[in-house]
Amino acid sequence: MTDVAEKIVNGDVRAVARLIRDIDDGMPGVRQVLKELYPSTGNAYILGITGAPGVGKSTLVDQMVSHLRKRDKTVGVLAVDPTSPFSGGAILGDRVRMQRHSMDEGVFIRSLATRGHFGGLTQSTRSAIDVFDAMGKDYIIVETVGVGQDEVDVVKSAHTTIITVIPGMGDDIQAIKAGILEVGDIFLINKADREGTDKTLSDLRLMINMDHKKYEEGNWKPPILKAQAVFDKGVKELLEEIDKHRKHLTEHCGGWQVRRREDKVRQELGDMIKSRLIEEVLGKITETGDFDEAVNSIVEGKTDPYTACDKLVLPAIGVSTG
Amino acid sequence: MGNNRRVRVMVAKPGLDGHDRGARIIARAYRDAGFEVVYSGLHQTPEEIVEAAIQEDVDMIGLSSLAGAHKYLFPRTVELLREKSAEDIVVCGGGIIPEDDIPPLKEAGIKEIFTPGTALDDIVKWVKENVKPR
Repeated sequence: MTDVAEKIVNGDVRAVARLIRDIDDGMPGVRQVLKELYPSTGNAYILGITGAPGVGKSTLVDQMVSHLRKRDKTVGVLAVDPTSPFSGGAILGDRVRMQRHSMDEGVFIRSLATRGHFGGLTQSTRSAIDVFDAMGKDYIIVETVGVGQDEVDVVKSAHTTIITVIPGMGDDIQAIKAGILEVGDIFLINKADREGTDKTLSDLRLMINMDHKKYEEGNWKPPILKAQAVFDKGVKELLEEIDKHRKHLTEHCGGWQVRRREDKVRQELGDMIKSRLIEEVLGKITETGDFDEAVNSIVEGKTDPYTACDKLVLPAIGVSTG
Repeated sequence: MGNNRRVRVMVAKPGLDGHDRGARIIARAYRDAGFEVVYSGLHQTPEEIVEAAIQEDVDMIGLSSLAGAHKYLFPRTVELLREKSAEDIVVCGGGIIPEDDIPPLKEAGIKEIFTPGTALDDIVKWVKENVKPR
């Protein structure tokens, strides 16, 4: 085992912090460490929290961390915020709501920026989950803004995914229905002292009940909870529902270590191959200047993008252009 | 993997000072310069700031103080970083800092102090020149 891997398994905070950064920055050598860590993973319970900006995800995570700590469980938090598409910079502010845990050695909070690289968020977040897992965290909470395929994919890696909404955002539910609502294991209406809570509740209930056939076959039926995270109301109930879901996974889905289940492994390996291919191919053709050359040719009208793409990609993956 | 080291900085508000407009403007300027900026929020102790900075693996901590306690809070932050063998994290500060306080702060290990009126561009330029992603 490399020094780094050993430090991670022993819970060295600086080593973990640095490795997650190396993963994010795509530093060489990272893959070797991750390979060595993999056997130490698979023990953490992963929670995905998603929902539109401003619904209170970070506050909710903060309260959940407190409850889990009362049970003597260690927690890793990955909080994802968007990267500016213009400057490439980011303001990572989720931590503001969770600062009271920063002196607690049982809690490790890490902010990640989406960075907008191809498929990279999914990959680097999953790798960061593995690092927290290998360092021995009992629970890992991934908080992400529920927009974009990458972020939906991230929460799919979780054992239990919690979709957070607030009252009066009926259209918002519409907007996320097609993508993210389908992956929700628990729905939480936050800020439930506001007008429109019951309307939101019945909207969600209607939507969930449309899948009644699935539940009759013994599938998990997502509960809908009301909460006011800022006052710690409804959070205990949320944790109880998470326990129930965990029990359900154990009893009906071949154990809660679902990340080792065939369908999850299939998906994660598929995603990993995709992002690796992009990285390798795009990296190579960018480095050699072939990419820029192709761009210029298309701009000058010398070729079309379809031909250029064939010429760039096929040799890079060892297929002759014919 | 595409090697792409990004500068990560933490903008922090130590002490009981509740004015963070300056800190938020600085955070925004850093973002626009392409840095990843972790904002700590208000009322942080140096201990909390240092712990968060280590977990976030930042290259620099920018401390903002407008309430007069900088003579304790700034050097204490540097001291804690040393205790944690994290003195490679650069510390700079800004806010209402009297001229006479600047030399002792620098002696204590705060690399630069920015007082009111400093142009954002100058601060960003200083960071780019003095803080290298590790």
